[in-house]
Amino acid sequence: MWAVVVALVPAGMFGVYLYGFDALVLIAIAVGSAVATEFIIRKATGKKQTIGDGSAVITGLLLAYIISPGSPWYVPLVGSVFAIAVAKLAFGGLGMNIWNPALAGRAFVLSGYITAMTASWIYPSQDQVLGELSRSGVILKPTAPQRRIDALTTATPRAAIKDEIKVAQDPDWPGWTDLKKAGARPADWLRQIRRRNKTSYKDSFIGTRGGCIGESCTLLLLAGGIFLLWRRIITWRIPVIFIGTTGLLCWALPVRFPGGTAWFAGDPLFAVMSGGLVLGAFFMATDMVTTPVTRKGMAVFALGCGIITAVIRRYGGYPEGVNYAILLMNTTVPLIDRYMKPRKYGAGR
Amino acid sequence: MPSKKKHNTFPRGVHPGDFKELSKGRPIEALPPPAEVILPVSQHIGAPAKPVVAKGDEVKKGQLVAEPGGFVSAAVHASVSGKVKAIEPRPHALGKPVQSIIIESDGRDEWAEGLLGENDIDALSPEEIREKVRNAGIVGLGGAAFPTHVKLGPPPDKPIDSAIINAVECEPFLTCDYRLMLERTADIVAGLRLIMKALAAKRGYIAVEANKPDAYDLLAEASAGYDDVDMVMLEVKYPQGAELQLIEATLGRQVPSGALPMEVGACVQNVGTAVAIYEACRFNKPLIERVVTVTGRGAGKPANLLVRLGTPVEELMQRCEASARINKLILGGPMMGLAQYTSEVAVIKGTSGVLLMTDAEEFDYQACIRCGRCVDHCPMGLVPSDLSIICEAGKVDEMMEHNIMDCKECGCCAYVCPARRPIVHWIKLGKAALAVQKAKQEKKSA
Repeated sequence: MWAVVVALVPAGMFGVYLYGFDALVLIAIAVGSAVATEFIIRKATGKKQTIGDGSAVITGLLLAYIISPGSPWYVPLVGSVFAIAVAKLAFGGLGMNIWNPALAGRAFVLSGYITAMTASWIYPSQDQVLGELSRSGVILKPTAPQRRIDALTTATPRAAIKDEIKVAQDPDWPGWTDLKKAGARPADWLRQIRRRNKTSYKDSFIGTRGGCIGESCTLLLLAGGIFLLWRRIITWRIPVIFIGTTGLLCWALPVRFPGGTAWFAGDPLFAVMSGGLVLGAFFMATDMVTTPVTRKGMAVFALGCGIITAVIRRYGGYPEGVNYAILLMNTTVPLIDRYMKPRKYGAGR
Repeated sequence: MPSKKKHNTFPRGVHPGDFKELSKGRPIEALPPPAEVILPVSQHIGAPAKPVVAKGDEVKKGQLVAEPGGFVSAAVHASVSGKVKAIEPRPHALGKPVQSIIIESDGRDEWAEGLLGENDIDALSPEEIREKVRNAGIVGLGGAAFPTHVKLGPPPDKPIDSAIINAVECEPFLTCDYRLMLERTADIVAGLRLIMKALAAKRGYIAVEANKPDAYDLLAEASAGYDDVDMVMLEVKYPQGAELQLIEATLGRQVPSGALPMEVGACVQNVGTAVAIYEACRFNKPLIERVVTVTGRGAGKPANLLVRLGTPVEELMQRCEASARINKLILGGPMMGLAQYTSEVAVIKGTSGVLLMTDAEEFDYQACIRCGRCVDHCPMGLVPSDLSIICEAGKVDEMMEHNIMDCKECGCCAYVCPARRPIVHWIKLGKAALAVQKAKQEKKSA
């Protein structure tokens, strides 16, 4: 378990680098309250203490990584308490929980504090902040004294593109004249729309983009994932199939516009590096407790996660679907395990 | 011959360290007969044997002291000459105390009359072979101790075409079979010929794990004259020597769930059993001794000892200069052997090893986190994680649904479990609980 903590720390440190001391406070609140909740409940119910196994720390860390950096202090607190008390211990503690506790905690605070969770995104870098301010005419030129501005809220890249597409789906949208001029086919329209509001691959890979505290740095998350693979704590199946399916479907799934439907026009690389996919696929969908035990079952689970993620992203109300995709697939695990048993020796070929 | 070539094997399983170097270089030595032997009436699978001697009787070495208690049962013979001191329950290697015949040696070590003939084994009929094996009280010496005459006498509707000598010895630490392969090579092959004859099997196989190339070469040389005997080299993997896995690796056949190997025309016999069969047929010698590996870090002088059945384990420990720091005594190997609560047990027919550990840690297990490693390694294709949880909770009704009876207790699951759960322990308890429930139901319906 502690190896997972080690694998997670770099991405969190990067989040602190991006969003400053506030992010560190949020992480500390999430981890602290997760551990404290487990300690108090185990003590109150007279059970053996289990905080030493590190799983409460992981839950706290993961929860902090998937809330927005502008969240008020009580968001990680409530999320962690719910994650540990309800999603984990109420089901019988480690090993018996049906849902990944951190994701359940996030789903809980998402429904409880919808504004805090969806409208408090922050531009991660000063350059981007200043660039945006000068573009919008608030300041003329980024100069030294003005660097005291520390934050500006923004939409995440996923939300921005989702909004853009939604706007373009209105036939009366004035941008259509330009779009139709630029591209003849619906697939090209989609590409054009994407290009108008797109985070660069470099920013997506390094992590200098809007998003949750610990989800943005693809590079460090991948490094952590590879570390877990190397330590044989996780296997390749779930992350590879999950990410692959999401990328493929985000590329392929059609988008309907007033003048036609765009097929196979998504950007798979952007799909993989945006939102919480890498974090979710390597660190949450691989949570052993809430995933199938057989290899076949793991493949089915990961495939389901990928499909649901892509469908929510494309057609759902939320810009990101990793959270609910994993939670929904967690729910199907007993069913998958029932039908995906290994072939028993001597049961006939 | 070995190395590069891809060897036959079975799916899943584990690769534990083998620790055989401790004792593999030690030739078999005979341990002098002890002053007293303890012969449990139950040293085999099946009905316990019935004592045919009484307290105070004088017995000779090799004399029948308990006759088979049924078809699936095995005779017990005096392993020393002397006087029956008592017939009473004594600690037993399998756990519960068992009624045992205790013989005080007179030190003369005299054979009973009528034994030690010299037969022409080629002249024996299949029926005579079975009879001699049955009279000798031979059981599977690999550890399971299933009565051998039963295996050699399949019903007519289940013809056996392949007899396999299990020369795998996949359990870590144990080297008793390996030493037999080196020192009794010809007798093993002769045993195989007798087995093939008794079964009317068309083909014989000698299956050796690839980590014993010297034994393989010797056996290949000794069996070279027989066109119907094949040598098979198997990948080094545990449990390669488990009966079902061995049949699959050797013949590519899977024994149907719940059936015996005869269902697919196969019969497996351990190398020690083959030697015993040879001795019984050639010299009318009953099974009164076996080779036992005494090893482990707690053994000052590890050894492969030819030991009289019923010899107290403590004598073996003394002989091998057991350390005072031993904190665990296992009879058998580390994977399937049983840890003992007392050293007052005696060597029985199925005792292949005495493992003396000085550094066995005590540890706590944790909750199952469903990582699935046990599922990846279970050679029987079960889901041990579920079984362990069900058995721990004592949910008898769900055990069958999870195929508990298909578990052969090889221990791969517990070996790979990161939460260090005693999975096999629970499965054994589960099987016992299931048997109790079954008995209750039968009582009710009767």
